[in-house]
Amino acid sequence: MKFAPRLSACIPALLLLTTASLAHAESTLRIGLGSDPDMLDPATARTYYGRFVFSAMCERLVDVDQHLQIVPGLAKDWTFSDDGKTLTMNLREGVTFHDGEKFDAAAVKFNIERYLTLPGSLRKSELSSVDSVEVTAPYTVVFHLKTADAALLMQLTDRAGTILAPEATAKGNVAAHPVCSGPYEFVSRVQQDRIVLKRFDNYWNKGAYHFDKVVFLPIPDASVRLANLRAGDLDITEGIAASDTATVKGDSNLQLASTTGLGYMGLTINVGNGTANTNTPLAKDARVRQALSLAIDRDAINQVVFQGQYTPANQAFSPASPYHADIPVPKRDIEKAKKLLAEAGVKTPLTIDFLVANNPTSQQVAQVLQAMVSEAGINLNLQMTEYATLLDRQQSGAFQMSMSGWSGRPDPDGNIFSFLSTKGGLNDGKYSNPKVDQWLQEARLTSDVTQRKALYKQVVEQENIDDPLVYLYFEPRIFGISKKVTGFVPYADGLIRLQGLALNK
Amino acid sequence: MLELVVKRLISAVPTLFLVTLMVFSMQKLLPGDPITAMAGEERDPAVIAQLREQYHLNDPIPSQYFHWVGNALRGDFGTSLRTQEPVLQLIASKLPVTLELSMLAMIVALIIGITMGVLAAVNKGTWIDNGTNFLALSGISIPHFWLGVLLIMFFSVKMHWLPASGYVPFSEDPLQNLKTMLLPAAVLGTGLSATLMRHTRAAMITVLKADYIRTARAKGLLPKKVIMKHALRNALVPIITLTTLLFGELLGGAVLSEQVFTIPGFGKMIVDSVFNRDYAVVQGVVMVVAVGFLLMNLLADVLYVLVNPRMRRA
Amino acid sequence: MSVSVISVTTSLSTREPNRVLRKFLRNKSAVIGAILVLTFALLALLAPWISPFDPIKANFMEVRKAPSALHWLGTDELGRDILSRLFWGARTSLMAGCVSVIIAIVIGVPLGLIAGYWQGWLDGIISRVVEALLSCPFLVLAIALGAFLGPSLGNAMIAIGLSAMPIFARLTRAQVMSIRNEEYIEGARAIGLPDRWILLKYVLPNVLSPILVQATLAVASAIITEASLSFLGLGQQPPDASWGAMLNTARSFLEQSPWMSIFPGLAIFMTVQGFNLLGDGLRDALDPRSE
Repeated sequence: MKFAPRLSACIPALLLLTTASLAHAESTLRIGLGSDPDMLDPATARTYYGRFVFSAMCERLVDVDQHLQIVPGLAKDWTFSDDGKTLTMNLREGVTFHDGEKFDAAAVKFNIERYLTLPGSLRKSELSSVDSVEVTAPYTVVFHLKTADAALLMQLTDRAGTILAPEATAKGNVAAHPVCSGPYEFVSRVQQDRIVLKRFDNYWNKGAYHFDKVVFLPIPDASVRLANLRAGDLDITEGIAASDTATVKGDSNLQLASTTGLGYMGLTINVGNGTANTNTPLAKDARVRQALSLAIDRDAINQVVFQGQYTPANQAFSPASPYHADIPVPKRDIEKAKKLLAEAGVKTPLTIDFLVANNPTSQQVAQVLQAMVSEAGINLNLQMTEYATLLDRQQSGAFQMSMSGWSGRPDPDGNIFSFLSTKGGLNDGKYSNPKVDQWLQEARLTSDVTQRKALYKQVVEQENIDDPLVYLYFEPRIFGISKKVTGFVPYADGLIRLQGLALNK
Repeated sequence: MLELVVKRLISAVPTLFLVTLMVFSMQKLLPGDPITAMAGEERDPAVIAQLREQYHLNDPIPSQYFHWVGNALRGDFGTSLRTQEPVLQLIASKLPVTLELSMLAMIVALIIGITMGVLAAVNKGTWIDNGTNFLALSGISIPHFWLGVLLIMFFSVKMHWLPASGYVPFSEDPLQNLKTMLLPAAVLGTGLSATLMRHTRAAMITVLKADYIRTARAKGLLPKKVIMKHALRNALVPIITLTTLLFGELLGGAVLSEQVFTIPGFGKMIVDSVFNRDYAVVQGVVMVVAVGFLLMNLLADVLYVLVNPRMRRA
Repeated sequence: MSVSVISVTTSLSTREPNRVLRKFLRNKSAVIGAILVLTFALLALLAPWISPFDPIKANFMEVRKAPSALHWLGTDELGRDILSRLFWGARTSLMAGCVSVIIAIVIGVPLGLIAGYWQGWLDGIISRVVEALLSCPFLVLAIALGAFLGPSLGNAMIAIGLSAMPIFARLTRAQVMSIRNEEYIEGARAIGLPDRWILLKYVLPNVLSPILVQATLAVASAIITEASLSFLGLGQQPPDASWGAMLNTARSFLEQSPWMSIFPGLAIFMTVQGFNLLGDGLRDALDPRSE
């Protein structure tokens, strides 16, 4: 039998081979995110999820390591003057931006000034201590500060320290096409669908990055995100729900990585915002707030809602932070709670309007709280609200108590100042205690870790007496990873760092 | 005919105004400020105040509306507050997705609906008739979001046959594109098939009773041929008009399916934008959907009249 | 609304209830529908007495337990008995369905009557408004209204009712227009009977049949919409039971506790299917042309 393969039959085979080999040559890492990042301009970005993209695409003056210690980034080393008002940074040489521009001290000056002066910039308050930036040598930049600022370096590890290419930024639309200097450069973005980055060939540390392409896929629904991971359509995903950890651990194709995060969830109590809701025993008497806190069984919340994966909290600083104050979390004590309420002269049942975001987790926690505190004679009137309305009501003081959290910042000041200081921008309950203000201010000015720890410990102790914010739990950062991925290290700030990650086929 | 079309087009204009006015006022009455909502954790009061000025959010509401109308007439539908992307561009990028989903869903609905309708008509009164009706109604009665999640669990996670979510443009990878669209189109389509099935059945029954059908039967043509050639062709006419009507509804109706399957279409965008108070986006999308709906209605009426001259008086 | 009835039936004398009833009972699907609706209505009504457990009280010892002899349908994420919550959820769903439709009818039918009977510029305005409302995607309208009014069951019912109103208005208008030129109506006008009297005594009774059919179908649609709104976080608020909200929370536990998703979904399906079958059966029974 003659066997003469036709040319036409060969073509599909050839095509298949070429596409297969091309596909084989290019490795892509697909990362699942819990929400679509907003604008990809570090000056105006405000979502947690945007930071994932910046981490892969851009570089910052300094960075943090796994233990939240500050390590060199675009700045090789730095020194503060003795009075803390001058910061001198020596910059790395030989770095180019994605469009070929050279990185130097002038680029740093351009970026910092942009963050300080751009109309919509949300970095102004983060860099509020910076008075001016001076270029003293091609690769040396000096920050002149208005006051000493212990938190400044930490701010420079995030968006405020992200360096964009000056020329491209000055003329182009940054949010649509950001030009940075990181290991991956921006290729394209489809809203609510994907963000695609590709390897930047002139990156100074190319060898540590093993992928040709990185694709971020925002998938808001946690179960769908997990489904994607299990189906093999994602390689890594953040935001694995506590209830899904068992599933991930039980799947032989997946691995689980988790770490305590920096964020917390708590109950903000309106003690001084407006007059409509502040004429209540809850707002006026600290004993009522203490009773509330004592009526809560934080361990039970952890078990029932989060399968034991979360950590009970009594302060703003999670165990992942070096500033975590060593004060034990109070156990539930209904008798003491009842006694405090009686001492405060409160007639039970005491009804409190409780503002809650309308997502399933918050709702669950709220209902558990409702059941718990009812035993002490407190009735929680749950008011589920969608997000925009909730923020509105919090800001205008149209609430008595609200469940609100914070995603956490590496520097302790970022976790507490805005919430507890009298003029703090996020202090919706309008708590005001001059002593606390003073301690918080002092902690900002000194870089001495021991001193700061002592100051923050005092703040935490005072908080547990005044109870303007009843902390509930710290949130872990849980990642689901395909077994094929090696080298993954979870960081406490929750961001995925691509250095050292590799895909085994 | 031309008179009909012109009259309808003219009367569509005030309707469109009304729609935009309604949606605009509704959004503005919603409590909450979009800038604050979008700033979220990074709320800086000074920046928020300044941004509100920039976007005219402190102007009286009627003036904001006329500002929008003025720009819209010039083709500028504003920008998304959330991402700074021009609304028209956003819509242009999502429209093909929604259109494709609607078309695929329509195809599914037509296949299921017409088949079941013919089956039911031919076997009128028997258990087949009742059974298909029951099945068709089930399509409407099952909550889409529930069915969607269950299907994802089975087809993606357990069997790995289909992707769990997401979307790939047709131009990029046709096969993958169809795979991502299969489940959501199926879910949406089954919901629509009930209406189609019922109308097919009714139309077929009417046609089958007609004289010319009986003549064909008397002539000795096979029953099957009779059905297929004559009855179905005539029964399809009202189906076509119904299809155009349903298509108009589909454009805005895939909200929950897109949410569950993470398809970046209109439905998802509009819900997110309502919750984010992204006024310009909601306005733009509602406009497009309304225009599509009105156009489809017009098309349906035109088709109906073309087919049925007796209706022209109405 | 995924199923709308734009039918123009000829006027039906109201002296034939027996014939209608007999036709209805001969239709097996219609009877099944009626049984389903009656069953759920009964369960909803008797919920306080037949629920084995308190539907709201959390029980942390019994979190997400599989169906057993104690909890026939298992427990949910806060240890509450699902069977009891299904009964109470039936109250929510049926109330949401009926009240929404009543709101829609109370607003829509009079509008349709006015537009269809007097026509002219009144008709012009009403028709424009109705068309505008119909051009807006139904669920979006409901969501925006729900968000505006605030998440609660009552507000969800108002939102759904207002969104469903246009269909009734348009249906009524079409019906009125088809019979207003009939001889007995013209005769009544010729004698000089007041319009209001004519509307109430002659027109309204003859538009009732398609409205009734549409109402049944609208209840089915309203129940699904309420579930959808609850699914999105608007609508009935926890800890009160709502099938849609139960499905929403169940999503996080789809694999670990599938019973949390299956039973509320089935409940919605059966109730809605019941109303759809009922509406279908009513339409066939009331239509003088079918046999």
